[in-house]
Amino acid sequence: MTILTETKDGPLVLTPDQVEELGRQLDELRAKVVADLGDRDREYIYSIIKAQRGFEVAGRGLMYLGFLPPFWLAAVAALSVSKILDNMEIGHNVMHGQYDWMREPDLNSREFEWDNVCPGDQWRHSHNYMHHTYTNIHNKDRDIGYGILRVDEGQQWNPLRLGNPLYAFGLMVLFEWGVMGHDLEIENIVRGKRKWADVKKLLSGQWRKASRQVLKDYVVFPALSGPLFLSTLAGNVTANLVRNVWSFSIIFCGHFPTGVQTFTEEETEFETRGEWYVRQMLGSANITGGRLFHIMSGNLSHQIEHHLFPDLPANRYPELAPEVRALCEKYGLPYNTGSFSKQIGSVWGKLFKLALPPFLVRKESAPGVIVMRQQQPTEVGV
Amino acid sequence: MVDLINLVQTLTTPHPLDRYLELIRPTLTTRVMRAEIIHVRRSVLGSVTLTLRPTRQWTGHAPGQYVQIGVVIDGVRHTRCYSPVNVASRRDRHIQLTVKAHPDGLVSQYLYHRALPGMVVDLTPAAGVFQLPEPRPERILLISGGSGITPVLSMLRTLADEGYPGEVAFLHYAKSPEVQPHRPELAEIERAHQNFRIESRYTSYGSGYFDYDELERVAPWFADAQTFVCGPPGLMDAVRKIFEAEQLADRLHAEEFTLSAAPVAVGEAFGTVRFAASGASAQNNGAVLLEQAEAAGLTPEYGCRMGICFSCTAVRRTGCTRNVRTGDTDSDPDQPIQLCISAPVGDVEIDI
Repeated sequence: MTILTETKDGPLVLTPDQVEELGRQLDELRAKVVADLGDRDREYIYSIIKAQRGFEVAGRGLMYLGFLPPFWLAAVAALSVSKILDNMEIGHNVMHGQYDWMREPDLNSREFEWDNVCPGDQWRHSHNYMHHTYTNIHNKDRDIGYGILRVDEGQQWNPLRLGNPLYAFGLMVLFEWGVMGHDLEIENIVRGKRKWADVKKLLSGQWRKASRQVLKDYVVFPALSGPLFLSTLAGNVTANLVRNVWSFSIIFCGHFPTGVQTFTEEETEFETRGEWYVRQMLGSANITGGRLFHIMSGNLSHQIEHHLFPDLPANRYPELAPEVRALCEKYGLPYNTGSFSKQIGSVWGKLFKLALPPFLVRKESAPGVIVMRQQQPTEVGV
Repeated sequence: MVDLINLVQTLTTPHPLDRYLELIRPTLTTRVMRAEIIHVRRSVLGSVTLTLRPTRQWTGHAPGQYVQIGVVIDGVRHTRCYSPVNVASRRDRHIQLTVKAHPDGLVSQYLYHRALPGMVVDLTPAAGVFQLPEPRPERILLISGGSGITPVLSMLRTLADEGYPGEVAFLHYAKSPEVQPHRPELAEIERAHQNFRIESRYTSYGSGYFDYDELERVAPWFADAQTFVCGPPGLMDAVRKIFEAEQLADRLHAEEFTLSAAPVAVGEAFGTVRFAASGASAQNNGAVLLEQAEAAGLTPEYGCRMGICFSCTAVRRTGCTRNVRTGDTDSDPDQPIQLCISAPVGDVEIDI
């Protein structure tokens, strides 16, 4: 793969041998953690689950005192924390298969369901498979813009793109519904590339899952609080909104701040394992922060480590990070990290900038890496 | 009751109610069955007898059936089958298991060394067709070897408890009296029941192995009886041969008790891969299971084909597979594995 972008000292070139050596070292890092998995990881995930269940019960309970504003706020806070933990540190990570080795039916990637309107099995397809296999490859990774946003200069501009920040805001507010709709590829249906019949099964799964979630949050719990119906309903809506804004923000910091690279299908054809690793590193970005921040972000603040090792338990990412960073430094690769405000600011900056037609915007000189491809037998004579 | 549980489940959706209740107490579950160890006895060297109190979902066992129990060892849940050794009765809400600590047995060693009253284990309902028929036959012959004693001991105790009037013979093979559990109970049963004949053979004392003469001595009426045998492969084969030669195979009931398969040499491809759900099968050619399934004309779900997305996860029923990324082999039955990075080692049955 040749990635024609530049670092401040000109393009960085990695030879095939360097790339494979880097891949071997990352494989070793992975094997070291796999061999060490055990009680510690089990206790960790169960402690998070226990905390999430506690916040859930507390949040639902406090809604009964929702006529007093401080209690209503406390209820919303507790319920928001519960939903964030459930979706991020538990749901996202469990459905990645990070805890399959524990052989707990309830923490198995195939069985788990999260507190989100998107059915687990559809998310596993759009996220685990499509996004994690084809990370940042144009026309393959649908997470580049989710079919509605322009987040990369490689995406064509057209007048509809002027609404870019508005669409992003809408997606942020309704994030769980956006995640649910992701696998439908609505824009492809609009363009006639996909038929409604293709998505019938997806729609019925979504209906099943979403109706249960809606029933619980917007009908049964409010009804159970009797005269406080509206107060509880508002509380539940707010908690879902808080979760949506937070998870949107963390997730957008993972791939859209300045400095991440995107790739074309030609560049990444016949990719080796080493090249795959390099692409994951170049296409992801981290957020710095304390322990609590990492937990609340589902350790997606360690997006680089997560993309290298999506099936290793997330609580291991903080200890892997220094080693991954050292490897990056050894090979001169960028390790894209920064504070939450820096990363999210850069994301929104990009969303605004890319709304404008290219001739109005100064072209960004992003740091870049050229990976020299191993000669493929099929390429001989070409 | 069930309706109420369903209603409450609406409130805890998408997580089952039990995922909340178990945080209060692991045995406080509505659907999931578990059991608490209430008594631990290590009466003979190398064996431990556990008394379990199951949660309210337990509906009892028929003598000879087995249950699966699950324990967590180093963060990983492991399940194994054991036959209750106690009287099968619906009044009795307890299960007694005798576990022999096998040298390489992960779970049996763990239970032998670490089981304590108060520990909670997973439990499945009793299962298995190796059980005393109803109504009881007129004559019953029980043969066991080593830890194969457990299902037949339950049969023997149940017959004793029922005051069974017919003729019973029980022949057990053990290495030595020191390692044979439940000897006092056996002596007690024999003393109390004239019609029960109970004999033990100790192979390290030169008792010899099972043969026709032994059969004639212990149960000269064996041709009229229903015979139940459980033990190591050698004993099972010897019994089966004699019964087949006598054309009594239909009166012989056997329970294999298998230790988990010994680690197999990696590298060479041999054996058969059976695809349980589709009925197809193929010679193992050493490739990963996803490729072998596709070569056999199947279309299992898959995604990345490199072990990251877990789309191709399927349940390995039996056999041993090797993770081609880590080189680890694993042969626990009924485990979900990733087809795209798992290669079969010898015979494997996979649920696709």
